[in-house]
Amino acid sequence: MAAAIDPIVGRYVHMTLGGRAHRIYFEEAGQGIPLVCLHTAGADGRQFRHLMVDRAVTDHYRVLTFDMPWHGKSTPPDGWERGEYRLTTAAYTEMIRAFCTALELEKPVVLGCSIGGRIVLNLAIAHAREFRALIGLEAADFQTPWYDLDWLHRPDVNGGEVCAGLVSGLLAPQSPAVARWETLWMYMQGGPGVFKGDLHFYRVDGDLRGKVGTIDTKACPLYLLTGEYDYSCSPEDTQRTAAQIPGAEVVVMNELGHFPMSENPEQFRRYILPVLERIRAQS
Amino acid sequence: MLERLPELVNGDPVLVRRGRFLSTRFLVGVGETEYLVDIREGRIERVERGPFVMPSWRFALRGSAEAWRKFWQAVPPPGHHDLFALSKRGLLAIEGDLHPLMANLLYLKDVLAAPRRLGARS
Repeated sequence: MAAAIDPIVGRYVHMTLGGRAHRIYFEEAGQGIPLVCLHTAGADGRQFRHLMVDRAVTDHYRVLTFDMPWHGKSTPPDGWERGEYRLTTAAYTEMIRAFCTALELEKPVVLGCSIGGRIVLNLAIAHAREFRALIGLEAADFQTPWYDLDWLHRPDVNGGEVCAGLVSGLLAPQSPAVARWETLWMYMQGGPGVFKGDLHFYRVDGDLRGKVGTIDTKACPLYLLTGEYDYSCSPEDTQRTAAQIPGAEVVVMNELGHFPMSENPEQFRRYILPVLERIRAQS
Repeated sequence: MLERLPELVNGDPVLVRRGRFLSTRFLVGVGETEYLVDIREGRIERVERGPFVMPSWRFALRGSAEAWRKFWQAVPPPGHHDLFALSKRGLLAIEGDLHPLMANLLYLKDVLAAPRRLGARS
């Protein structure tokens, strides 16, 4: 019997970001409307591996995910050892648009989770006409901090384990143990200070309060889906954000937390498939 | 609930192994009632119920009896399912030297959640 091989293909694309050369790892599967998936802070594109082997998705969508610089198999830029990694709104927006241009994606859908959900809001504010639809998972204009970031990067605490330990409570208790521990494993594998650097965007630079009201959902539909057990970006945070955006659609997902696509793929598809079907119907 | 910690944790070799580098003493406040929990190399050596005169501990977790009751349900409701979910909502105070807590977070979260295995429904 032939071995089971996932229909996911991984390659590297060379891009210049912020004036520096980058070699970015990306994966793709399926055919149809381009769907670019953005992973959470401190993680990588593996979070979407279940979505990328779901025929209900890949029969209609070309699903792509890239590992942000410093994450997964995308190495940091030359000279990284001389500075501190800090993600900014401008750099994050630039890399997503550069990736779509490099891959020649025509009017892609962008789906982002957590920091990816936050930046999706910025895409809706600043570049809506470039996208067919935008989907924010665990997305809000701002969230109240709930721990001291300095614990994430110091020599007397294991960085991988404390990152996993902190985010572990953001998963729903109903999520299957195997998927829970796989989600945490990705957090254990992040480079030193990378999760912390991503959260600079989340907490400091990417505060979108007072800015989301300009989003025009007629130019680009916006869907916001948040898990009921997410207390980092709570359903109330998402609903408060959506209340400022005429036409934004909100779905609160039962028995899910901050990592819906990887913590409980079966439960997540109940919520994401109808959204993808609607986007397809409108295309 | 907390009196059952020694059997719940020490009978779980995976959890004991995860905490094998930790020996410490911490305090848990459940409403007015205080407990001191002694851990030695991942095993719960002793759980002592207060009141105490001049207790020494590295860190303390204090919440209302109601907050802990919901936290210890077999399937806790959203917002009561994690220590930091409670603290973010002002239902749990986390005090003292947090280094042993943060350096052993995956272990200590499961130690404190162990009473959920007793199966309280609501």
